[in-house]
Amino acid sequence: MNTHEKLIALKAIVTKEVLRFSRIWIQTVLPPVITTALYFIIFGNLIGPRIGEMDGFDYMEFIIPGLIMMAVITNSYANVVSSFYGSKFQRHIEEMLISPVPNYIILIGYITGGVARGLTVGVAVTIVSLVFHPLNIHSLWVMFSMIILTAILFSLAGLINGVYAKSFDDISIIPTFVLTPLTYLGGIFYSINMLPEFWQHMSLANPILYMVNAFRYGFLGVSDISLMTSYAISIAFIIALYLYSLHLLRKGHGIRT
Amino acid sequence: MASALTIRDLNKTYKGGLTALKNVSLSVAEGDFFGLLGPNGAGKTTLIGILSSLVNKTAGSVSIFGHDLDTDPAAAKACIGLVPQEFNFNMFEPPIEIVANQAGYYGIERGEAFKRAEENLKILDLWDKRHVMSRTLSGGMKRRLMIARALVNHPKLLILDEPTAGVDIEIRRSMWKFLREINDAGTTIILTTHYLEEAESLCRNIAIIDKGELIENTSTRQLLNSLKMETFVLDLESPLAGLPALKTHKIRWIDEQTLEADICRDDSINTLFTELDEHGIKVLSMRNKTNRLEELFMNLVEDGNDSRVAT
Repeated sequence: MNTHEKLIALKAIVTKEVLRFSRIWIQTVLPPVITTALYFIIFGNLIGPRIGEMDGFDYMEFIIPGLIMMAVITNSYANVVSSFYGSKFQRHIEEMLISPVPNYIILIGYITGGVARGLTVGVAVTIVSLVFHPLNIHSLWVMFSMIILTAILFSLAGLINGVYAKSFDDISIIPTFVLTPLTYLGGIFYSINMLPEFWQHMSLANPILYMVNAFRYGFLGVSDISLMTSYAISIAFIIALYLYSLHLLRKGHGIRT
Repeated sequence: MASALTIRDLNKTYKGGLTALKNVSLSVAEGDFFGLLGPNGAGKTTLIGILSSLVNKTAGSVSIFGHDLDTDPAAAKACIGLVPQEFNFNMFEPPIEIVANQAGYYGIERGEAFKRAEENLKILDLWDKRHVMSRTLSGGMKRRLMIARALVNHPKLLILDEPTAGVDIEIRRSMWKFLREINDAGTTIILTTHYLEEAESLCRNIAIIDKGELIENTSTRQLLNSLKMETFVLDLESPLAGLPALKTHKIRWIDEQTLEADICRDDSINTLFTELDEHGIKVLSMRNKTNRLEELFMNLVEDGNDSRVAT
């Protein structure tokens, strides 16, 4: 396959992935928008004024970037894990495996699909947030780059989960017991400066903290973590997960006997 | 004639220790219509899985139109179209997208992909169903959809793993016609089937696998010529009181108006009728008891251990 043909194959996979989640938008795009709107209403509007300021900003303004990020993380992950596992379950992953399309194109195709859904939901949540607070943009570049990196990272994680999953239970265990707690403890609703020293150090082991803080920097210009550290950690995770995902696809783990 | 497929010493042992293929070697000529037969669990689907890169082989080599599957997998895969035994398409996608997406995986431009999808769906009588969810298609339509999908990259080698399983006789016959046409147009076809009539009717060459080993690999004609005996069922005009003793043929009593006769290939069937006539028995009609290939297949598989032919 030459480069042009590989790009056509990539386009076919991405189109298929985007059509998949678009076709069922009531299940894929609408629920996170409603859930996040409830967060805005309850935490931002109702509880927020009693909390007061956080790092010098209205509580609502403080949590908006984190909630957008949370929606992007969960949806990027959910898209790839459910799509990849579904293709294993229905065996239509075989359509790609018998074709000459290289493994890295399959991987990039699924990741792009995850990023597309993450960003679609992220944009929808951002639009909803405008109802509650005007958008404050400090650095569009940081905001955009960090949301893309995060969507890529969690799409990769979703793919690894999908490769190992042997049942529909397996695709919900990680999001429920790992991803959601890490997201909630990743500084979406609070600044880690509020925590006792021990818990501040513990929080630094949570990769989501770095992404949420860098993304918040893009909006508000403040972060608990240095931007360079956030980028370095995100990129390092992406490289590691990409190589591992590629290794799993090459080996045919769970998809070839 | 050039080789479409060359398999050398192919072995497959699954993780649990099950050996599915043992030193299988065979060659399929370009343009051939090749039958791969064997009882359930013989290793046919494993062999096809290895050819189509869905199963990792344990040892051996596979070359497709001169492209080694290990060293030049993309070129080898580009030559293949696969119709698997089980449905393996997204049941929540419409046929037009399934076929067009498959073309995309082979690097075919979207516009051309839809053009080919249209052609294939029309040929296989699925065009009216192009926008419905695939899960709503009947079993026969799903099988035809997989054929339409397998042909979208214009494969030089089409592999069909029991393509007519579970479809009615009318659709089966129309599929046979279609497969003959694409074979006549130059596509090499490998077919596995449980319908031995299908193999006898379509395949020019046949290999038989049993317990992971190749036990026969020859032309269909040669295979059928090796049958020494054929059994015929005779429907009689009048009921018989007892079984007549014939001098040259062995006959069996089925019921008072039906007999079975074994006839050696070298014997003339006329002598049977002459003898029956001498006993005042008139035959109304006659038919083969079993499909000839089926008979041979059963002989080979049942006596497999004794009569294996190394190829």
